[in-house]
Order: sequence, then structure tokens, then C-alpha cells
Amino acid sequence: MSAKDKILYFIWLHRTGLTVGALGLVLGFYPLFQDNPYFLGISNLIGIYLIVTIGLNLFIGYAGQISLGHAGFVALGAYGSAILTADLGWNPWLALIIVALLVGLAALLVGIPTLRLSGHYLAMATLGFNIVIYTILIQWDKITGGPSGFAGIPPLSVFGMPIDDELRFHYVIWPLAIIFLTLALNLVRSGLGLGLAALAQNETAASALGIKVSRAKIQVFVLSAVLASVGGSLFAHCFTFVNPHSFSIFTSLELVTMVVIGGLGSVWGSLFGTALIVLMPEYLEFFETYKDIIHGLILVVVLTVFPQGLISGLRDMARLKILQRRDIAQH
Amino acid sequence: MQSFNDFMQFVFSGLTNGSVYALIALGFCVVHNTMGIVNFTQVDFVSFGGMLLYTSLFAVGLPMPAAFLGAIFGAALAGMLVERVGIRPSKTDNHLVLIFLTIGLSIILRGIMKILWGKNRMAVPPLTADKPVHILGATVLPQIIWILLLTLIAVAVLAWFFRCTSMGLCMRGVASNPTAAALVGLNVNRIKAVSFAIAGGLGGLAGVLITPITTLSYDVGVLLGLKGFAAAILGGFGSFPGVVLGGLTLGLLESFSAAYFSSAYKDVTAFGILLLVLFIKPQGFLGKGRH
Repeated sequence: MSAKDKILYFIWLHRTGLTVGALGLVLGFYPLFQDNPYFLGISNLIGIYLIVTIGLNLFIGYAGQISLGHAGFVALGAYGSAILTADLGWNPWLALIIVALLVGLAALLVGIPTLRLSGHYLAMATLGFNIVIYTILIQWDKITGGPSGFAGIPPLSVFGMPIDDELRFHYVIWPLAIIFLTLALNLVRSGLGLGLAALAQNETAASALGIKVSRAKIQVFVLSAVLASVGGSLFAHCFTFVNPHSFSIFTSLELVTMVVIGGLGSVWGSLFGTALIVLMPEYLEFFETYKDIIHGLILVVVLTVFPQGLISGLRDMARLKILQRRDIAQH
Repeated sequence: MQSFNDFMQFVFSGLTNGSVYALIALGFCVVHNTMGIVNFTQVDFVSFGGMLLYTSLFAVGLPMPAAFLGAIFGAALAGMLVERVGIRPSKTDNHLVLIFLTIGLSIILRGIMKILWGKNRMAVPPLTADKPVHILGATVLPQIIWILLLTLIAVAVLAWFFRCTSMGLCMRGVASNPTAAALVGLNVNRIKAVSFAIAGGLGGLAGVLITPITTLSYDVGVLLGLKGFAAAILGGFGSFPGVVLGGLTLGLLESFSAAYFSSAYKDVTAFGILLLVLFIKPQGFLGKGRH
């Protein structure tokens, strides 16, 4: 191996770590070039949603299951943190962890019976779960503030410093998002992750290979719910105000859109899909009127042309082109 | 006596919503049987039927019977169009992807309806005059009698179609084994198109029947449609009598829980009971024990 080959091999071998490192560097220096709070606010929102979609993608893309109710878990995280910190005066970080654990437990209770069911049953169960949570948020106004929302949530703090502007929040949300991204990237290459990928392809074959199908599904469902809850808690502390309308089934559909556009089972795809869906309204002025149609069209076109998602689809197409070119060159 | 009259009132209101859920649930089932997927555009056929009725009555000025039939026919056409333009070009037969595809199509349909008809709530007149009649101590609007009657007719026609027409038998063939059906020369594409047309028609019928009671808006079908989906699951997807039973049960449960428990939480009770049934008997009331 020549020196050049060695370097290329090193890059190839460590491609995931290097990409994560590069992303970290870019985001670390981003506020030096972009100090407009408005734009930092947008990238913070991407970070929050990313934590949720990473978990959701593990569940949909790797375990091959449908959840149309993840906004329900986000809502539990957001309102859980809101109530514990604003009403009961808990430390926000402690509240975030406790709420995430409780939501994980709730997901376990919902998941054990429902994950025996396949396809549409799970879609219905998760939709039903989301509608139940949403209705409770609206109706139980003594605790949740009802339709007008819950205000006065304290911001996060780190070593006594309140995280109360976009710049500070940037340096809290993105390290967390990158940690979760790295964990997810490692998980999908681990035995559990490969088992899940097998399960998404064919449950019977996976179970014949010794993968405990229902246990693996429940594990990843609980994990995705915990991540959704963490995202929800951060959302609550970021905006210091939450409102039931942020957590309706339409939000669940939007989360699913982010995952599907990026690519089922592609962790990087989730980053792309999330960023695209959050950024689109900022750059398309006519967007407000046609928001639904554009979201739907993107979803339909991506699924029709690249059923495996935009990122994976384009990558596969590029690989095919390269192989074809090599083939032609050899003959 | 008063409490018995109230009870009958709740029974009628439950049966009314239950019939509508059953119609929508049948639409879900027809597509599910031929394609093996949940078709989420079903919820929008309901709103679309109501919208077409509104437009043909007030913008075109058709008389009620013509507008009524036109709306159902239009929703059936919309169903066919969705299958032809939205589903068929897809290169995949992965059910997960196809279900997400119908979610995307459903978002588009809602977006189009929002632009064409706006976000405001609209009032649709009932089929016949609004003079209530008294049955078994309950005060019943004529529209409710129409709903019960037309649901009964729709179910009968559907049963006849699937038992006695060659198209219906072909569709059952595809439902039981798509590969074998294609092998013996059944035109699977045409059958899929027809199943979407039936689903659209059933959704449209549900829409024109219920919107005079609920008022009409571009997303009125979402909650109704999801309850129809819940009814389909309660009844055990695929079994038509089970699905009708599921719809009526859901409607009655909802009506009684709203009456005797809390009307604010009636959606919570409806979906809570659904979740409970899923946990205990996932195959539904009359579903085949596949799980």
C-alpha cells in the first residue's frame, strides 16, 4: 500500500467518525459567521427535531415499524418538564432525565401489547395514543393550561449560567444532538442495530437467525420514545412556552415526513430531512399557502422515485453510475 | 320514563356516528383487501364528498338528489385518480413505503381542498326538511333516518357486488391471493382502480351524510376517518360484517361515554377502548386469528 492508499484507507475506515467530527467543527464555528439570533434559532430548532427524528428513524427505518404518534411522546416530554420545573421548581436537567425515564416506561407499557401487532395495528395504536394525549392537553386545563398553552417555563442552566439566548442554546443543543447522532450511528453498526436491520427486511428470517424480534422492537421503541421526550423537554426550555397544537397528529406526520424524505434507516438522512423540512418555510415565501401541498408532494415524489429516501437513493444511483462507467472502461 | 327517552336518544346518536364510521371503515377494508395497505387518503374522500355536495348545491345549483349522487360519484372518481396517479407509478411493493405514500397523498389532497374551498367552516343542508320525528321516545332528525337507511342500502349493495358480480368475485380473488389472481389472467391493475373507486364512493357517501350534522371544513374527514380506521380494526380488518359491527360499537360507546361520563373526553374514551381491545384481542371482533 502506498502512502496515498494508506491515507485513503484511513479515511474510508474512519469515515463515520470523521464526518461527525467535521459536522462538530462546522457547528462549533457556525456562530462566528452567523450571529443573527433568528437564524441561530432556526438551527437550534433543527437540533431539537433532529434528536426526535433520530429516534423515530431507528424505529421506522431499522425496526421497520410504523409510528404515527411520536408527537405524543414529544408532548409528554415537553409538558412533563414544564410542570416539574415551572410548577414544582425542579432542576431542569433532573426533570429532563426523570421525565425521559417515565416516558420510556410509558412507551414500554404501550409497546409490550402493541408491538405484537404488525403494520396497520401499530399505526392505529400510535395514532390513538397521540390523539388521547392531545385531547388531554387541551381538556385538562388546570394542569396543562388548555388550548392557550403553558407559559413561564424556566430556561436551562449550565453551571449556574442561564441558557436564555439563541447563542447559548446553540452550544447546548448541538453537542447533545451530535452525541445522540454518534450513539445512533454506533448503534446501527452494533449487533443490535444489524439485528434490527434484518428485522426490518424480514421478521421471520431475522427470528430464525436468533434475533429476539419482539424484544428488539420494544427496546428500540422505548429508545425512540425516550429521545422524543428529551427533544420535547429541550423544546419546552428553548421556547419557555408550549402549546398543544405543536403536538397534534399532524406534527407526528411531519416528523415521519422528515424521516422518510431523508431515508428510512439512514441516520444522516434524518439530519438532511429534518433540516429540509424546518428550513423550507424560511426560504420559500409562497410556502405558507402551499405548505401542505409541498410537504405532500415531496413525500410522494421521494417515495415514488427513491423509496429508500433521497440520500440513500442518490447515493445508490451514484454508485451504480460509477460501476457502469468502470464496466464500460474495462471493455 | 325520561331516562329511557334519553337512553334512546343516545342510542340513535351512537348509531348515526357508528354508521358513518362503518361506511368509512368499509372503504379502508376494500383497499386493504386488494392491496394489503392502509389507505390514509380514505379520510379525505369524506371531506371531499361533503365539499362536492356543497359546491354542486350552491355554486352549480343542482337539485339535492342530483348533487347527492354527483358528490358520491365525484369522490369515487377522485379515488380512482389517486390510485392511478399517486399509487400505481410507485416502483415498490414494500407495504411500509406504500402506506407512507398514501399519507403523502392525503396531505396533498387536504392542501388542495384548503386552497379550493378555504379554511372556513361551511353549513351543508340535510337531505330532506329539518322536521324531527319521534321514535321510541327519542327525537330524531330525518337526516339520521337517511343515514341509517342509506348505510343499510350501501352495505347490501356492497354484499351483492362482492357475491354476485364478476368484478366483485375477481376482487375477492385478488384479496385471497394476488399472485394466483394475476396468473389466471385477472387484470390486477383494474381491480385496484375499482377498489379505490369503491373506497372513494363510500368515503364520499359518509361525507355527504354526516357533514349536514357536523358542519363542513377541509379537514373534517380526519378525525371521522381515523375513527373509521379504528372501527375497521375493532371489527378485524377484512371481515365486512365485523367492520360494520365495529363501527356501530364504536359509535355507541362514544355516544354513551359522552352522555354518562364526559363529553370533553369522548375521543379519549373512544381511542382508549380501541387500545384496550387491541391489547386483549388484536384480531378484532370477527377477524381471523392471524396474530
